[in-house]
Amino acid sequence: MLSDQDRIFTNIYGWNSFSLKDAKKRGDWDKTADIIKLGRDKIIEEMKASGLRGRGGAGFPTGLKWSFMPKDSGKPHYLVVNADESEPGTCKDRDILRYEPHKLLEGCLIAGFAMGANAAYIYIRGEFYNEGSEVERAIAEAYDAGLLGKNAAGSGWDFDVYLHRGAGAYICGEETALIESLEGNKGQPRNKPPFPAMAGLYSCPTTVNNVETIAVAPTIMRRGANWFSNLGLNEKNAGTKLFCISGHVNQPCNVEEEMGIPLKELIERHCGGVRGGWDNLLGVIPGGSSTPVLTKETCDSINMDFDSLKEAGSGLGTAGVIVMDKSTDIIYAIARLSQFYMHESCGQCTPCREGAGWLWRVMTRMVKGQATIEEIDMLYEVTKEIEGHTICALGDAAAWPVQGLIRHFRPEMEKRIMEYRKAAA
Amino acid sequence: MPKLTINGMEIEVEQGTSLIQAAEMLGVEIPRFCYHDKLSVPANCRMCLVEVEGGPPKPVASCAMACGEGMVVKTDSPMVQKARKGVMEMLLINHPLDCPICDQGGECDLQDQAVAYGMDRSRFHENKRAVKDKELGPLIETTMTRCINCTRCVRFSEEIAGTPTLGQFHRGEDAEIGTFIDKIVDTELSGNLIDICPVGALTSKPYAFKARSWELKKTESIDVHDAVGSNIRVDSRGNEVMRILPRLNEDVNEEWISDKTRFAYDGLKRARLDRPYIRDADSGKLKEVSWAEALGVIAAKLKTIKGEHIAALAGDLADVESMVALKDLLESLGSPNMDCRTDGAKFDPTNRAGYIFNSGIAGIEEADHIILVGTNPRTEATMINARIRKAWLERRVKITVIGPKAELTYPYEYAGATPQDLEKFVKAHAGKLKAEKPLMIVGAGAFQREDGEALHKVLCDSADKLGLIRDDWNGFNILHHAASRVGALDIGFLPQAGGKGFEDIIAGTKDGSTKALFLLNADEFDARSSIGWKTFVIYQGHHGDHAAARADVILPGAAYTEKTATYVNTEGRVQMTHQAIFPPGEAKEDWKIIRALSEALGKTLPYNTGAELRKHIQTTWKTFAETDVLNGEKWGTFGEKGKLSKDAFVSPVKQYYLTNPIARASKTMQECTGAFAANTSAPKIVEAAE
Repeated sequence: MLSDQDRIFTNIYGWNSFSLKDAKKRGDWDKTADIIKLGRDKIIEEMKASGLRGRGGAGFPTGLKWSFMPKDSGKPHYLVVNADESEPGTCKDRDILRYEPHKLLEGCLIAGFAMGANAAYIYIRGEFYNEGSEVERAIAEAYDAGLLGKNAAGSGWDFDVYLHRGAGAYICGEETALIESLEGNKGQPRNKPPFPAMAGLYSCPTTVNNVETIAVAPTIMRRGANWFSNLGLNEKNAGTKLFCISGHVNQPCNVEEEMGIPLKELIERHCGGVRGGWDNLLGVIPGGSSTPVLTKETCDSINMDFDSLKEAGSGLGTAGVIVMDKSTDIIYAIARLSQFYMHESCGQCTPCREGAGWLWRVMTRMVKGQATIEEIDMLYEVTKEIEGHTICALGDAAAWPVQGLIRHFRPEMEKRIMEYRKAAA
Repeated sequence: MPKLTINGMEIEVEQGTSLIQAAEMLGVEIPRFCYHDKLSVPANCRMCLVEVEGGPPKPVASCAMACGEGMVVKTDSPMVQKARKGVMEMLLINHPLDCPICDQGGECDLQDQAVAYGMDRSRFHENKRAVKDKELGPLIETTMTRCINCTRCVRFSEEIAGTPTLGQFHRGEDAEIGTFIDKIVDTELSGNLIDICPVGALTSKPYAFKARSWELKKTESIDVHDAVGSNIRVDSRGNEVMRILPRLNEDVNEEWISDKTRFAYDGLKRARLDRPYIRDADSGKLKEVSWAEALGVIAAKLKTIKGEHIAALAGDLADVESMVALKDLLESLGSPNMDCRTDGAKFDPTNRAGYIFNSGIAGIEEADHIILVGTNPRTEATMINARIRKAWLERRVKITVIGPKAELTYPYEYAGATPQDLEKFVKAHAGKLKAEKPLMIVGAGAFQREDGEALHKVLCDSADKLGLIRDDWNGFNILHHAASRVGALDIGFLPQAGGKGFEDIIAGTKDGSTKALFLLNADEFDARSSIGWKTFVIYQGHHGDHAAARADVILPGAAYTEKTATYVNTEGRVQMTHQAIFPPGEAKEDWKIIRALSEALGKTLPYNTGAELRKHIQTTWKTFAETDVLNGEKWGTFGEKGKLSKDAFVSPVKQYYLTNPIARASKTMQECTGAFAANTSAPKIVEAAE
């Protein structure tokens, strides 16, 4: 279990104010200039050594991502912070934004410096109205204190941070769609390559990072890569992570824990256990709505980290843990997710545009059992027609929950169909 | 130069080539919907997926992936087949499959590719999506339920046409193409949307439910509605032109044509002259007669008139063959009075480089500073305007306009409207133009003024001063708007020694020195009010327009779809039309009429077939020796020194959709004039480029 000394987000529950004064008491903005003075290469090296992986879902090594930014492109560089947290089941960035904005801002300065950017854009989800206002206040405080702007925090590096509000589209959390949206276009993902590090915002080198990724950077730099990499399961799944546990647990919560904590321990220790006891557990969606569901058997022993979950046929994603007990209609639950993905598909690629709606319609019938057994196989084939055939990962995200359902709960679906037939006869 | 392997075949391609292009070079066909080689690449249809070995374990879109060194690509592996089948199924689930009642049937990309990749039955048992149709004006019919959201139309209107009216709005399966706020697509290139739409979502309104593509006879031909000479394909059924489509010619029109070129064909069926007429001396009315009678009347009349009192004018749609025959006939009658500049333009036609588009249309793409003088290329030569836009889009080429201020679909720097502004510009930039390949386009309309020849001289000097002329580059271009003009100038259909030009000929009809006037397709001036009542007027043409109303004898000729004839476009490119259908009624091919008349006059012209006549043309004028080539012309001096007036330049095209007898007879063009009136009458002002 993570000891209190090792927590990065010490105000994640909002027990103290987010203001600069209180943030400084918690250790934010402490000798930031000294970190900057280490220089670009040293910061990136340190980040690489820490083993930090992107917290937005894909888990790409952060230091490596920063190192992709060209040294001399002759163009302005940009840091874009993805605060468009819209994955159902995930609510960690929201608490960082409203309770720990100065961690994020300090992270922006350090990350921005490390990639040669003089400006950072925080793209915040439209629905986060109050959170946006609080970030804006924090930005104003930082400017007033000389922590941002010309010679930010006395580091000799000029740095500006802008807050940009989205309009509430899930797809704008995809990095290239986010860039499109930031440029004022319709939020539709771009083709890769070119990757944003070569041609991103306004065709300039850009790095898009999740809020949590950026917010943990200052603490890593202060306490050292070694400290961070020693936490967690192994060096590939190192450090601490904010988990968001929701659903059928006694105390749903956001909690910072070590990477690789057993799922059962996470739920029992921090959430007061599953409603009705561990044996009442039906399944868990471990990393936000797009990751396939896990059965209880898997949940008994699974560790919460990128690689263990991948091995189990799911993923850590954003670590938005959705717990479902035996009262759950799992088919309906997944059908609801299908509806979400149908609604949020941008409409660009054929398989996702047409397929997401198809999935939802079949799933709606499956909920009632108004289908044939063969249609379960067809449904699986349709998810395979969508998966991997689209520009961005939304197609995959639409396909995976349904695949997880069919993989683990096929008997349930078949039972529903037989019951419907019996009732109809 | 990356080297890669596609289906086991090695190929070396230029940096930046996409996989789909490389595959095409090898003859490997990759299905596609959204990809179009003249448009940007969105990679959204996902039909062109291929497998790249060693890459991520999923197929990649070959249209968006650049060739890389050592790539091993497979376009027919099980993974690819499966992916394409999947995409095809997805495309079809919400497609209405109403092919039997769809105009695209038979030439539909979706239909063709469904044969290759589709299943024989649908697994989709839900309700299909329906999308509301859009009203896009008098040219484009929409059936939006058929749309597969490839966004080709969006990209075309934004990139090529430069009028971003279309877009994709809403998202997911509710996504649809439209204008959002209902409005029509007001661009002269809108017909091309029909061609690029891979399904039957956008189809031709005038052609709706008229014919099936497989029952049409396809004839390759040339357009005559402007001087670009766009390459077209005339689709006919029986003796009726059903539609006109573009034909690929990268040097001229690429693969686009203007709406006038595409849709004016219904004018070929209306107001046609289908038999000879003579004016009854007693009643003053036209009466139908036989060919023999009509030619007899002319012969009898002309025999009483001296050669110097006979004159001829050739209009905008006249072909080279008939003009040569007419010129030969006039010479045999001893008349030096002839002119082709019936728009009243005055310029010096002695030097060919002084009246053609020297750089070639494709040359626009090389230019790094374009100066437009006295022209609105959007209405005078839509395809050339599209080229200029392309140059601007790709390289942000600098454009300066001296002349009428108009919405040209690209930003430009405005430098005044008068010849004095031109002189000022030249003075300011002489020898200092920061351009490797400067290019000047002068509208032929700029010469429709008293000081035309003096202006020609000024332009000639300006070309030298601005450095338009170099050993390997000639950036001096005249933009004509009449299909016949350059051909007529090339064969010298101009006042011969001691002969009269257009204005003197017309003046002669009033003072009695022009006793007989032969009008060959000359409809561009008001014949009724300008020709004196005593003059004997012979009109040869295909439409009952201005001139036919004044004629004493009418000889019915053939329109461009009804004859095999030569036209020379503004670049000096010799091109041929081919006969697609027969002329209506008793109308005949134009040169044959003149040949028959010469016989009636006892001055039989020395050619009996079209081939003989063309051979005569090719041996007499060397520029006609080869078709579809550009012969660089030697630079020289032209024009006459004189005083320039202070009048502003004006564009000769006032009503874009009604510039010639065919277009004026066309119902579609009249509808367009009504629908797009806002566009032609009040041009929006574009801010300067920088």
